Amino acid sequence: MAILDKHKAIEKNATLLMVLSFLVVTIGGIVEIAPLFYIENTIEKVRGVRPYSPLELTGRNIYIREGCYTCHSQMIRPLRDEVERYGHYSLAAESMYDHPFQWGSKRTGPDLARVGGRYSDQWHVEHMARPQDLVPESIMPPYKHLATTQLDGEGARALLLANRAVGVPYTEEMINQAMADFKAQASADADTEALLERYPGAQARNFDSAEGVSELDAMIAYLQVLGTMVDFTTFEPDQSR
Amino acid sequence: MKRKSEETNDPGTTGHVWDGIEELNNPLPRWWLWTFYLTIIWGIGYTIMYPAWPLITGATPGVLGYSSRAEVRADINAVNAANAAIDQRLVSAPLASISNDPELQRYATAGGGALYRTYCSQCHGAGAAGGPGYPNLLDDDWLWGGTLADIQATLAHGVRWEEDPDTRYSQMPAFAEILSAEEIGQVAEHVLAISGQEFDAAAEAAGKTVYADNCSGCHGDGGKGDQGQGAPNLTDVIWLYGGDREALTTSIAKPHFGIMPAWSQKLTPLQIRQLAVYVHQLGGGQ
Repeated sequence: MAILDKHKAIEKNATLLMVLSFLVVTIGGIVEIAPLFYIENTIEKVRGVRPYSPLELTGRNIYIREGCYTCHSQMIRPLRDEVERYGHYSLAAESMYDHPFQWGSKRTGPDLARVGGRYSDQWHVEHMARPQDLVPESIMPPYKHLATTQLDGEGARALLLANRAVGVPYTEEMINQAMADFKAQASADADTEALLERYPGAQARNFDSAEGVSELDAMIAYLQVLGTMVDFTTFEPDQSR
Repeated sequence: MKRKSEETNDPGTTGHVWDGIEELNNPLPRWWLWTFYLTIIWGIGYTIMYPAWPLITGATPGVLGYSSRAEVRADINAVNAANAAIDQRLVSAPLASISNDPELQRYATAGGGALYRTYCSQCHGAGAAGGPGYPNLLDDDWLWGGTLADIQATLAHGVRWEEDPDTRYSQMPAFAEILSAEEIGQVAEHVLAISGQEFDAAAEAAGKTVYADNCSGCHGDGGKGDQGQGAPNLTDVIWLYGGDREALTTSIAKPHFGIMPAWSQKLTPLQIRQLAVYVHQLGGGQ
């Protein structure tokens, strides 16, 4: 066939072959990826999801730094066994402010998408120091250094700015008050009115019951907020997705 | 261009020649070719049956109307429907009568066991033997009572769980701010004495008075405790935060306040009943 004969021209020209291959792959990409940016129901609108507070976001950074995601996923799939064990299946909106998201597909440890409120702060303190004291069969390594590494909150503002640059809607006020919010959320008796105004439902207390703000404070604040933002007693899932 | 040989089993060449090497024009294996055509047909059918093609506001829903959300809901509803009758019996049965109905008891224990491993084992241990700061559920020593009703109430409302107004709440004073270090040492000797351990007789005599003045209100004159207010029994060998001299001194000076979540916020009344029955039958139920 004549058209197949012309193929010779492509096969004999490496650059042309590469350009045309790239075009073909691009079509696949456009069909699969592009609609996610304009189709309205990609991210279902859900009430309650807010950007992370500076302390929670710092904890999230530590979570990523320590590689927690290599063993823990944050994605409850719509399957009966997962819903029975971990709670309501995860919604896209719940990780809309995650950069990058922590869905994961590897579960050496349990899924953490809804770990918030499931254990006391004290449990987390003991569990981070030596997981086997609480769960003898656990193979999780200890994270003792979190409790002894103090944070001054200096990085909170930059962290918020970085997240705003990739699309998290932090306001000017949130960024200016980042350090104040960071400290208010981690102390037992600070005035939290402004913090709660900016981050509704944020839990403020001395998470590790120790002096100062440690990495453990930030980590527990992050873990305790996971999966708690959406009130599922009022949430009506759209069955069409 | 093509040069077909006279012999039928000679596939000929494609005409491509590089450095004198010719490319044979063998046909594709038939099984491979048919599998290839089938995948194309299957692909078309799949995009018709299932959600697939992106349009302006959404994707094509597919003829089957499949939705993973509907599927998981149907799965859960099917299990709930299958268990509806026995669930109803378990929820409405008087607590005390559950153990008289072997089927109900077995059902509640099995369900409670699964729930226990999901929600409770992280603190109380997979075998329910607890650990420092987390009560052992196998023994017959209970802080807040070991009847089915007591266990159910503790499960539902938690311990020192501030979001629940009915939570179990006890708060021993930090005696470091009330008593002198000497008095704390003395009362510790008294507690060692009533729990059957070695003690210093001289200090214990003084400690008895300190105990009567400061501790007996909650822990009772004989130290047997009071489950009504969550005051532990001090005369047995079961200790939540350790029972040796050092641990007792620490606990008197600055008591520990353990927390247990109010599970009625996460679990249904049925599930809490199952858990209560499970914990009750572990060995220490009263």
